[in-house]
Amino acid sequence: MSVKGVEGSGAKAPSSGAPAEASGAPVPDSTTGPLVDVRDVSVVFRKKRTLAAARQVRAVNDVTFHIAEGETFGLVGESGSGKSTTGRALLKLVPTESGSIKVAGHDVTNLRGGSLRRARRSMQMVFQDPYSSLDPSSTVAASIAEPLVVHERLSAKEARSRVNDLIEMVGLRASYAERYPYEFSGGQRQRLAIARAIALNPRFIVCDEAVSALDVSTQNQVINLLERLRAEFRLTYLFIAHDLAIVRHISHRVGVMYLGRIVETGPAERVYTAPAHPYTQALLSAIPDPRRRSGRIVLEGDLPDPARPPVGCPFQTRCGFVMDICKQRVPEHTAVEGGGEVACHLQTTGPTLAGSPLNDLVPTRATSTP
Amino acid sequence: MTRKKEKDARDDGELLRIEDLHVDFLTDRGWTNVVAGVSFDVGPGEIVGLVGESGSGKSVTSLSVLRLLPNAYSRTPSGHIWYQGRDLIKMPERELRDVRGNEISMIFQEPMTSLNPAFTIGDQIAEVYRRHKGGSRRAAFARAAEMLDLVGIPDAGSRVKDYPHEFSGGMRQRAMIAMALACEPKLLIADEPATALDVTVQAQIVALLSRLRDETGCGILFITHDLGLVVELADRVVVMYAGEVVETAAALDLYNAPKHPYTAGLLSAMPHLGVRGKELPTIPGRTPEPWRMPEGCRFGPRCGHTSEECVVAAPALRIVEAGRSSRCCRTEQLNLAGSP
Repeated sequence: MSVKGVEGSGAKAPSSGAPAEASGAPVPDSTTGPLVDVRDVSVVFRKKRTLAAARQVRAVNDVTFHIAEGETFGLVGESGSGKSTTGRALLKLVPTESGSIKVAGHDVTNLRGGSLRRARRSMQMVFQDPYSSLDPSSTVAASIAEPLVVHERLSAKEARSRVNDLIEMVGLRASYAERYPYEFSGGQRQRLAIARAIALNPRFIVCDEAVSALDVSTQNQVINLLERLRAEFRLTYLFIAHDLAIVRHISHRVGVMYLGRIVETGPAERVYTAPAHPYTQALLSAIPDPRRRSGRIVLEGDLPDPARPPVGCPFQTRCGFVMDICKQRVPEHTAVEGGGEVACHLQTTGPTLAGSPLNDLVPTRATSTP
Repeated sequence: MTRKKEKDARDDGELLRIEDLHVDFLTDRGWTNVVAGVSFDVGPGEIVGLVGESGSGKSVTSLSVLRLLPNAYSRTPSGHIWYQGRDLIKMPERELRDVRGNEISMIFQEPMTSLNPAFTIGDQIAEVYRRHKGGSRRAAFARAAEMLDLVGIPDAGSRVKDYPHEFSGGMRQRAMIAMALACEPKLLIADEPATALDVTVQAQIVALLSRLRDETGCGILFITHDLGLVVELADRVVVMYAGEVVETAAALDLYNAPKHPYTAGLLSAMPHLGVRGKELPTIPGRTPEPWRMPEGCRFGPRCGHTSEECVVAAPALRIVEAGRSSRCCRTEQLNLAGSP
């Protein structure tokens, strides 16, 4: 993969407040506190109806997590779990109902107007579909230059040399700048969307299903690019995806969401090898693996209607370990051996795992197929 | 999961045989060839996976079987699609209509666009059934409920009166499968049926297809870009690249020991639950455009194993071992790694 233009741009990259030292160390230090700090955040969508009470959906429900500088936090879950909404709430693209969000020193929840715009320089987003996130009627140069024109008040001409650097930084030729989005393949378009996202030297990027629409080989190219940029510019990622294998590859820590709640967090290695929540276990078992030795857990049914979530644990309707207490109380987050937390009654009641992962605990209700 | 042996399938005779299929599309550059001499077959009760990246021609091949490509922009200059001794390519449209949805049916990637939002699920399943099998409305509706129950929709008797928007994504795909199977087809063509769905729902759909094959004995042509999924489900896999078949083999053989560098590249690029931090393997370059096919081997420019012979002439698909073929002239010299 091309690494042209790295020297030229690497020098000016950390100029906007990021630490000058881009060591590229995979494990971030925790002395300065997390770059992203999310506490008890809820997002509620309301839909007014004429002859009935407004339909209210708690898309994100008391979500708490943090991401250290230079770290990648993966967020997985089925569609409707609230993972994308969480990503959007972090950039204030959707209003939050309660809780606090701090990104790179900005209190995102209370920002508005000019100060919100200034804060947005340090946080960017890469969307799933590069076909719809790039303006089809302007050249890619114009699309990538736009944030520079808006935020750094550069003239289009001045922005041009920066645009060329950015395009080379994502592994494309600078001569492509005058082309239109339709002239590129899906993978190239996603590279251009990434070039636009890093144009303002952000510190935090939300990647919302950024590689989901790409073929495997192209997907890997884009992942490698994201990893290289992270090490070079000490970027911090929130990586949202439904593909668990990709998330494991790129993430230091992982959060698993179900029906608006984070049900498990922890170091990627621990979550994948020793899941502590039955939902995490079922998700992992759903990954196709022709050499699978143990039986696959096929979850019955679908996500419950988020406007009418069950009382108690959100996963009770599909859980193989369901107990009486699950239908009464929402489980607390408790610490898990090997790092992270889980919200499951099995930790404190029934088999009382007290921090142990699920391992070979046998379900009380049959959900497995051989 | 039961894995029907390839041998059995051949003993039973064939159900579908695609023979030297060529498909052209009308583009700005005139007629452009997009499927170049594809041949493979599907036996009764056999699940065959058709795999390739976008642009490989796998969907065009599958759409050609029921002649679902627009006549104005596509043509089939040569080739045969034999279904139980009859050539679907030459079959009159009127006759073909009795085959579609009845003897061969098809499910697509996006169930919401395949279902009519203005009619109930039951109406739509019953319509297919009455068109082919006749009978009363009431009987057809009962059949619809029975089919929904078969594909695992809870409370099928009342959900049959629901509209598509009242179903979740996974349930819609189940409803599509119910519709496709209502007339007990002998062949089901599933074009990326699980791609737009969550992994958990994907697992449900794959388990369902496998169970239905066992229960109804229909053959399934399963088109996907997900090699992991196909190897788990299919008996045999056909890999396509740039409009050609590059490799065919029994599913696990292909997974463990590919005989074509492209298959090996796809296998290594598959996301694995491996260690983080390592650079992910990729296949350099991209699929060639149909009007700019490379000389000699079409995969040559992206292949890490090329020699002079690869550029001289386009390699033919040839049998390299019993039951497997490869379109690589160096297969015997290469020791390609299977999935890690």
